[in-house]
Amino acid sequence: MTRKRGRGMAAVNYPTGMNLGGDPSQALIHATTTGSFVVTLSSVDLGQGLKTVMAQICAETLGVPTDNVIIDTADTDTGPHCMGTFASRGTHRIGNAIIMAAKEARAVMLEVAAEELEVDAGDLVTDGAGAIHVKGSPQKSISIFNVALAAHFKHGKSISGRGIFLQPRSYPEPETGKMTPATCYAHACTVAEVEVDTETGEVAVLSLKSAYEVGRALNPRMVEQQIIGGAWMGISHALYETTEPYYPDRAHGPVDFNQYLMPGPGDLPEFANVVIERPAADGPFGAKGVGEMTANSPIPAIANAIFDAVGVRVDSLPITPEKVLRGIRALNA
Amino acid sequence: MEYRKDYFTGTQTQDLTEVGVTRQRSDVLGHVTGKTQYYADRQFAGLLHLKMVRSPHHHARIKSIDVAKALKVPGVVRILTAKDVPQNIYTILCLIQVEPNDEPVLAFDKVRFKGEQIVAVLAESEAAARDAAAKVKIVYEVLPAVFDVEEALKPGAPLVNEYHGRNYFTYEGHHCRRVRYGDVERAFAKADHVVEEMYQSSPIEHAPTETTGCIVVPDQNDRYTCYSNTQALYFTLDNTALILNSPFQKLRLVGGTVGGGFGGKVDVITEPIAFLAAMLTKRPVKYEYSREEEMQVSSPRAAERIYIKDGLMKDGRITARKVTLYVDAGAYSRHSPYGTTKAAAHMPGPYTIPNVWVDCHCVYTNRTPSSAMRGFGVTIGDFALEVQMDKLARLIGMDPMEFRILNAYRDGDMKAHQKQVEGAALVECVQAAADLARWPLCDRSKTASSLKREV
Repeated sequence: MTRKRGRGMAAVNYPTGMNLGGDPSQALIHATTTGSFVVTLSSVDLGQGLKTVMAQICAETLGVPTDNVIIDTADTDTGPHCMGTFASRGTHRIGNAIIMAAKEARAVMLEVAAEELEVDAGDLVTDGAGAIHVKGSPQKSISIFNVALAAHFKHGKSISGRGIFLQPRSYPEPETGKMTPATCYAHACTVAEVEVDTETGEVAVLSLKSAYEVGRALNPRMVEQQIIGGAWMGISHALYETTEPYYPDRAHGPVDFNQYLMPGPGDLPEFANVVIERPAADGPFGAKGVGEMTANSPIPAIANAIFDAVGVRVDSLPITPEKVLRGIRALNA
Repeated sequence: MEYRKDYFTGTQTQDLTEVGVTRQRSDVLGHVTGKTQYYADRQFAGLLHLKMVRSPHHHARIKSIDVAKALKVPGVVRILTAKDVPQNIYTILCLIQVEPNDEPVLAFDKVRFKGEQIVAVLAESEAAARDAAAKVKIVYEVLPAVFDVEEALKPGAPLVNEYHGRNYFTYEGHHCRRVRYGDVERAFAKADHVVEEMYQSSPIEHAPTETTGCIVVPDQNDRYTCYSNTQALYFTLDNTALILNSPFQKLRLVGGTVGGGFGGKVDVITEPIAFLAAMLTKRPVKYEYSREEEMQVSSPRAAERIYIKDGLMKDGRITARKVTLYVDAGAYSRHSPYGTTKAAAHMPGPYTIPNVWVDCHCVYTNRTPSSAMRGFGVTIGDFALEVQMDKLARLIGMDPMEFRILNAYRDGDMKAHQKQVEGAALVECVQAAADLARWPLCDRSKTASSLKREV
């Protein structure tokens, strides 16, 4: 038995949002009597942390702490339209809708504060900690709690805002395919190191070392969560998963997790990740969609590393031990 | 995770306080303590369970359906067939003008894939629904089936889907989505090397921890609330209203907690029939995929077959790329026509190639319909492109990193779909990954930049 090591790389890009655009999302924001801000959406948080990032985007735009923002979502009776959570679109599309809504709400909040402080709204700044004060005069200040109370009970004003983001739909020219698929792209490059058992054909991924350009990492740990989770899925695509192991033959389809193979925590490699930020002109604080992309570069990087290790090209996914072993035998024949 | 702040310096806003900082995910404590409420954790008195009778054949004509014995199973409340569905034929992207409607909610004249839903049984218990489903008698005339994308496009192949009239989706009069840029044939004739290779993937499952499903509950005021784990509430609401001929305002979707999506919960399969069942019985109805249904009946990622033919010069420049790509849509469109266009838009990858020719075919076969899945239209294309890139680099004895950097797109370059490149960052990702992996690069590659093409 011999275990042979190899390394391979792959570089990819990934479009943000639905291909060709035409996928709107809306957000509504209002202040409560006591200065909390409710963001109403119909978007779905899939567990990737959409609600948390949306609260951060809202807070940054309003100039209030993220803890003061409540995300109310996923009910079509209350939430305005959202196309859905897919196509790496959530952060970009919904984030932009929230920025638009929060700017409108912030303008009303500052108007009310200006009347209370008897100053010009243009001279006011938020301190990010729950108060508004005159630029250069922190002592001339009012809390957002008091602004919200005054807006409701004294001025009869609604501190609220409406937001929508729509990248207008592009229609491909049928003859040439001339089109605008997306307005911004994230990027990645992965180096994979593998060890191939030449007796069994089994492949172990030893390490994945990657660089990701994400526009702006709005919540760094959640970006890392996407990277690790995506890379895990990439390993799984490359080496394990299929519902039809002998495609195009439909026989032998797995029906449960005993038959449907996936790598477990023990199969995870060493990870090293670097993040680069080149803000997107139309991204919320420059952010691009990075969710889907993170599964992609590990797959060809692993395939190329297997070739580097044993000289076998497997050009069909998944790269099972059977295919690797057949390749090794063909080389030695 | 580390940041490389030495790239694109001066382009980032510096004075942000709420974004750019880590905050704990709002749902994480609920998940790790087992307190999160999923749709299936909701309890409703009088809940009915829905089980489907599914096709055992890949392709067959339905001669007759007999539910008499099934109706006699104790606990069975109602059995639904295609006749009960007001607008039985739909397609999910009809609201963004993807046509024609090509899929029945419940099959009636024929079945086009193994596992297709035909009869819905509603019963007081899951066991009763399952027992009754097994007693529905359907007589089939088995038809020849086609499973291979290229076989399906040959003359004389069995016709999978009559609503299309042929085994492919038609893009504005064309049999595929195409991209034409420059002249690949001329460039191949002048190239030092021409390399043509074929790549293939198999369907894969989203494999969510929580299977797809929903519960629909009749409210007191003739409205219906659906608790669903869909990824897109309005896809579900709008398609359901169209299928049921229902006023939109009668329907309400509540969701937002999903035990794994990955694109598998963007289809609209469980909700319309559950809404219909709740409307007809005036009882809460639950339709939840079993693990087997999730794996074999719910849409997988499409299998793709991709032919790439490249013209390559000895100095490493790729001068032409011709891509013929087949998406195995299975029996129905779902999101595959969209994904096929996305695949065409993605070619020739993040590289500047002066001559590009792309044909992307969305092909119907007698297979479980494929649909959305994380990166569809791109993921398998990237596998093919990047293995091809490795082969090309080795062919001319060039380092694969240097080869990527040489061909990577730069700001201002023209893409094959005739859009100028903005915001490129591939070069920097390759450089940073090389640093991380201690992969030596030559000076020319180290100083390259996405901002301009070096002369």
